[in-house]
Amino acid sequence: MTSSDLNWDAIVIGGGHNGLVAAATLAKSGRKVLLLEAGNEVGGAARTEEFAPGFRVSAVAHLLNRLHPDVVKTLELERHGLKVERGDFVPSIALSKDGPLVLHGAYGEVLTGASPSEQSAWQELRAQLLRYAGILKPFLSRRPLDLGGMSLAEMTGLGQTALALKRLGKEDMRDFLRVLLMNVYDLLDEQLSDNRLKGLLAFDATLGSHLGPRSPTSLLGLYYRLAGEIGGLAGAQIQPKGGMGAVVAAIRAAAEKAGVSIRPASLVAKVIVEKGRAVGVVTQSGETLRARTVVSAINPATTILDLVGPREVDTGFVRKVKNIRMKGDAAKLHLALDRPPQFTGVDAAGHRGRLVIAPSPDHVERAFNPSKYGEFSPEPVMEITLPSLVDPSLAPSDACVLSAVVQYAPYALKEGWAAGKPKFLKAIMGELETYSPGIGATVRHAELLTPADIEARYRMPGGHWHHGELQADQMLMSRPVSGWSGYDTPLEGLFLAGAGSHPGGGISGAPGLNAARRIIAMRA
Amino acid sequence: MNHHPTIKPSLDARTLAQSHFRTLRLGTPFQPRIDALGLKQEWYSWAGYRAPHSLWDEELEYFAIRSQAALFDISPMTKYRIEGADAEAYLDRVTLRDVTKLKPGRVHYTAWCDDEGFVLDDGTLFRLSLTRFRLCSQERHLPWLLDSAHGYEVSVEEETEAVAGLALQGPTSFAILRDAGFAGVERLKVFDLAEFAHDGATITISRTGFTGDLGYELFVPADKALSLWDRLMAAGELRGIRAIGYTALNRARLEAGFIVANADFTTSEHAIRADRLRMPDEIGLGFMINPEKGHFNGRRAILEARARKKLRHVLVGLEIEGNIPAEHAIVYYRKSQEIGLVSAAMWSPMAKRNIALASLKRPYGDTIVDDLWVEIYAMRELQYQKLMKKAKVVPRPFIKLDRRTANPPADF
Repeated sequence: MTSSDLNWDAIVIGGGHNGLVAAATLAKSGRKVLLLEAGNEVGGAARTEEFAPGFRVSAVAHLLNRLHPDVVKTLELERHGLKVERGDFVPSIALSKDGPLVLHGAYGEVLTGASPSEQSAWQELRAQLLRYAGILKPFLSRRPLDLGGMSLAEMTGLGQTALALKRLGKEDMRDFLRVLLMNVYDLLDEQLSDNRLKGLLAFDATLGSHLGPRSPTSLLGLYYRLAGEIGGLAGAQIQPKGGMGAVVAAIRAAAEKAGVSIRPASLVAKVIVEKGRAVGVVTQSGETLRARTVVSAINPATTILDLVGPREVDTGFVRKVKNIRMKGDAAKLHLALDRPPQFTGVDAAGHRGRLVIAPSPDHVERAFNPSKYGEFSPEPVMEITLPSLVDPSLAPSDACVLSAVVQYAPYALKEGWAAGKPKFLKAIMGELETYSPGIGATVRHAELLTPADIEARYRMPGGHWHHGELQADQMLMSRPVSGWSGYDTPLEGLFLAGAGSHPGGGISGAPGLNAARRIIAMRA
Repeated sequence: MNHHPTIKPSLDARTLAQSHFRTLRLGTPFQPRIDALGLKQEWYSWAGYRAPHSLWDEELEYFAIRSQAALFDISPMTKYRIEGADAEAYLDRVTLRDVTKLKPGRVHYTAWCDDEGFVLDDGTLFRLSLTRFRLCSQERHLPWLLDSAHGYEVSVEEETEAVAGLALQGPTSFAILRDAGFAGVERLKVFDLAEFAHDGATITISRTGFTGDLGYELFVPADKALSLWDRLMAAGELRGIRAIGYTALNRARLEAGFIVANADFTTSEHAIRADRLRMPDEIGLGFMINPEKGHFNGRRAILEARARKKLRHVLVGLEIEGNIPAEHAIVYYRKSQEIGLVSAAMWSPMAKRNIALASLKRPYGDTIVDDLWVEIYAMRELQYQKLMKKAKVVPRPFIKLDRRTANPPADF
């Protein structure tokens, strides 16, 4: 008997972390689950990969700050090797020519390097940001409200949010509503004065989106970040030992324990549709696999336009899917260094943290400007980690790995990335040299992944790690498209479970978990 | 004081291209002939074209359809040329009826829906060859049709201006075409089409129409429109051919039981109010739905509405006592409960009945068909005579003429 004779309860397309979470959750409910991964390894953009002999790095996502607690609990990830301890939290350092400023603990529980008045202003703003992010938190984790037919559980959830809003008090509630769709730049101006701190927050709010700090709604990005938590603390971040691949390994172990069959090197070419119902898939090698439920944890546009095909869905739906904006604006840099770099004024603990080059909100805005017109930032902003300082096994002894997310790098670079990439790398190295003099001479190997490279390597259309811009018009009930935000699709039996679905990207596992819960609830 | 800018006369191309506002209603390629016959000067706007309500006498124009032959200009009808290897599959997905069953040389009446299953329009689909179609409709749909083409090898082009159209309807229509020299036209059965030579060009003649009578529709390149008109008029002189306006046609179509988009139902892109949207089952087009064919726009929503019994309206034919047309009358159940509205009504000279089309709220008109009434407000010398008349749901068409389908077509 060949595997094509088997009938699966569910086939999950795509072994990124969301696909693994969905598969594991479904398997734990007693379903027979097959997971098909196109690459040779699962993990997607959360893999740990060797980019130079002896140097390994987290592929795209390099910081863990939003793995959903329900995912950890449901899949018992701690039993499968995930370790998060308070001591693992790493600080964020705002690099500046005026000396660094450090946010310790969970997103700056303690701030050092700033004036006393700025410290107290920060404590106030931080408390407010976390309070407001806390209101949004349930919305940014659960399945979006089904405006058509709300279930009792949804009504209860909405009621709890209303209560949470009420608990804010009148003034605070008004302010919450006032600032909700504001740009981060103006909000920071209202409350802070230190450009280094404001630059860091402006960077965090716009990280991974095609927005500058002055773009309307840019504050939402900061809320999205702060709605995430790790180790029970909102805004905390860790550099996982073994890289992000270690987190994936824990989820994979949970999936295998639950009985998921994982098949790598199995690119899905087609979703089989019969009379409006998804009934299975055909792999690129021509194998037909049938299942009662097909879960796609890959990009929503790829799923609908390429695997299902526009012929099996309605014109209006195709229109919406084609209109999902997903042109990435961030690049990923990997450097193999002869020795650990020294960032000016940063202590040893700081070097194990997140180093941010975004010296002021204006600087971030100016970096954003050219990207609107298809050009990269001549003075890019970036967040840097040195993962081998946390886990020495990632680099040969005495050597060091540098991993950086760099903005802005528009997917559709006007001059083309073939010509632009060396120039952009030069611009990045120029910035690095400013904050870590001499670093350039220690580079043994450099790998710069532009959005075009990320697209090709990780099958992320547009090279966008959220699989669709995470902006107000593509969030919540409008993610991935309006009318179909609840993980189901117009095709019966086909569900979406990737970052393109609510709430969005980052290593959270929330879309995968929510999708699996939805499927389980529908059958119940 | 207001200064009116002086528009300098200029013949440059840009100015010429902006001349649209000088002609608020366009003429069709037949306009010189229609203007010459339009003694009453009663015009209306049909999709931006100047079209006649009536040319000389409403009553006699109607009877030209039923007793002679009527020539009606259908050029303003929106026409799309749809061509390509995937044209059949494309149209099968866009429209409701099974296009794989439409053979080359045939025409069918169909409709199309949006994702929610609400009707965007109805129209006729002409299969000119294996890979070439013409879709005719009331409203314009180019953006929808182009967006629907994603993933198909097909080209969609509007040809409303390039192709002029005539409807020749009535008992003597066949004889006129034969006498005009269109050899082989006698072989056309209802819903057949064929190409014929005319004035150095090729025209399409189909045995179709909007009257329920024996009749044909002719599609001609715009520059050959006038010579075709003259050819038909000459051949029809002794067979009573008459040019007619829309009022006469509208009566004939009502007798035939045909519905008109945005008259008997509101198309989904025009509807502003959510409860005005209609699914095919709600306007009598449920027969077009074939759940067994491939996917088509609106399928999921339509089948779900059927399964969950969410269909809320029904379009019915009514026969009303008396002889006063019940146009736009409110329909009541037990003379008191408002249940719908008449969208078209007339005293039918052919059926000798007072007929109407009405949209009713289910279950009225669906499972409850007794004790229905219409309230007719008849204006009599500045006073309404309010008439409560009994109405009966009757099948459509209201008249059935054997000559429409007779083969070979009769020579009157």
